[in-house]
Amino acid sequence: MTPTVFRPSGAGLRSAAGFLATLALGLALLFGAPHTLDTFGLVQCTGFAALAMFGLSQGFVWGFAGVMSFGQAAFLGLGGYAYAVAVLNLGDSTLPVLCAIAVPMLFAALLGYFMFYGRISDAYIGVITLTVSVILFQLVNATSGSQYRIGAAELGGFNGIPAIPALNLPGHPGEPLDTDGIWYAAMGALILVYVVLRAVLASRFGRVVVAIRENETRAQLIGYDPRLYKLLAFTIAAGVAGLAGCLYANWGGFISPTVFGLPMSAQVIIYVLVGGLGTLVGPMLGAVLIQALIITAGSQSVLDSNLGLGLVLVGFVLLVPQGLVPVLRGLSWRLIERRAGKAAPGPLATETAR
Amino acid sequence: MTLPVPTGLNGVPLRPLIEARGVTMRFGGVTAVAGVDFTLGEVELRCLIGPNGAGKSTFFKILTGQLKPTEGRIALRGTDITGAEPHAIARLGVGIKTQVPNVFNGLSVHENVFVAASRRKSLARTRAIVDETLTRLGLTGIARREVGQLAHGQRQWVEIATVLAQEPELILLDEPAAGMTHEEVHRTAALIREINRTHALIVVEHDMPFIRMIAKTVTVFNQGRILVEDEVDAVLADRRVRDVYLGKQAA
Repeated sequence: MTPTVFRPSGAGLRSAAGFLATLALGLALLFGAPHTLDTFGLVQCTGFAALAMFGLSQGFVWGFAGVMSFGQAAFLGLGGYAYAVAVLNLGDSTLPVLCAIAVPMLFAALLGYFMFYGRISDAYIGVITLTVSVILFQLVNATSGSQYRIGAAELGGFNGIPAIPALNLPGHPGEPLDTDGIWYAAMGALILVYVVLRAVLASRFGRVVVAIRENETRAQLIGYDPRLYKLLAFTIAAGVAGLAGCLYANWGGFISPTVFGLPMSAQVIIYVLVGGLGTLVGPMLGAVLIQALIITAGSQSVLDSNLGLGLVLVGFVLLVPQGLVPVLRGLSWRLIERRAGKAAPGPLATETAR
Repeated sequence: MTLPVPTGLNGVPLRPLIEARGVTMRFGGVTAVAGVDFTLGEVELRCLIGPNGAGKSTFFKILTGQLKPTEGRIALRGTDITGAEPHAIARLGVGIKTQVPNVFNGLSVHENVFVAASRRKSLARTRAIVDETLTRLGLTGIARREVGQLAHGQRQWVEIATVLAQEPELILLDEPAAGMTHEEVHRTAALIREINRTHALIVVEHDMPFIRMIAKTVTVFNQGRILVEDEVDAVLADRRVRDVYLGKQAA
């Protein structure tokens, strides 16, 4: 950064401050949660972390690349199944985690190649991705019986794969991580992926991806091939969803075809809408809020939980269409500016810049 | 790929910068461009005029690869670019300001120009180009503003800035003065003359006083064909040109 050329703008400062605040909160949760929560609470939070990563995947591909991938569950499921099958065969979890990222990415690269290079329009990309997730659901659902096995792993059809070995430290396949360890892995991975995606978006590649979302024709006319950038963004998002699937499988030690299901794809869209389209924090926050709401709704019997979820979505679309994070961000900055204006008008901005 | 070009002279260069032969574009039963032969030399400035629907913008879309011509060939410095992808043609050095501004509305002025400047360049070089372009077009003061919130004239300038920042060899401007104030029109004309010192340009415009300010050679389109191509004064005095602008059919 050369300060003489690059005058730090208000937006840039805010963005950096938001990033640091999110990072600090994430790290506080990472190290604080095992000391404050009981085992049940920690396991629940591990599930939240896995779904928050799933939300990140949808938030990135839809909110930043503008690709209407509405079957993101396909990649979540592929990641989960890839981990389960690989770890049952190999024992050590290191390679299976990589499989959980690589398999969905390869699948997305292939699917994306035909969609983007075949010039399928945005709306049809939504239809195709959704359909592919349903096909995968049906496919995996139909694998009941011992003849459907990959190596030592029986796919198990609609019953899924039970007793999936948990993550272990690389090279120690006999010592799976305990609940604390899985939490550290899940939350640590979530923070890491968030930081990586922020870096991707700040890079020139990321700027072009966002520019293509804004105006594909202009991007083309200055020499960028939108098909390639969309394909890469779609593939990256699939890798993130795959890792989320791996964590999801670790969280329950179990995976079934429901991970491919329509409710999964629909829920992650709701996470993004509630949290805020075009942000990374929003989808994570949305995931935690909606999941907490689903759990609460499940433990009461006054209102059908799906109906409740639907009402929440309709309420958000009508009343807070931009989502929670943009609204909260705007409010907090206005508050800070007002305070700063009263106390010390000038220096505060430069202080936070350092 | 540098040729000894007689710049500053009106002599014909050895090889044309862009050459279109028999370019035809049909949409169903409508022929928007019909058998157009068009040649532009290095560092030449050409104005395209003609009534609405004459095929000027369609011709621009064919030159930039947004449309693939039904018939005909187009060559850029001898390289056949007929039917190539828009990004491939852009990489060969063709930049266009479209009739309806195509800008990145959600991004700032600075980001718009940055994205255009940064393709295959070092960060230092990119920043230098961005600073230079913003200064050149007087956009430094609004560099951090979101483009979607700017006035139409300013958005036009942002688009011209993105085109310049990509450092093209040939610049196509489709109605650059549309929606601009009197003063902005003058600035645009001055800018075009300045760009023309080093670059070839094709400018589509309806504003005749503006054409007089910038033009040397003018090509008149009518009903998808080239009606006349001559010096600006001869063209503007031409009876047939007045007739097509007034809606009469050319004989």
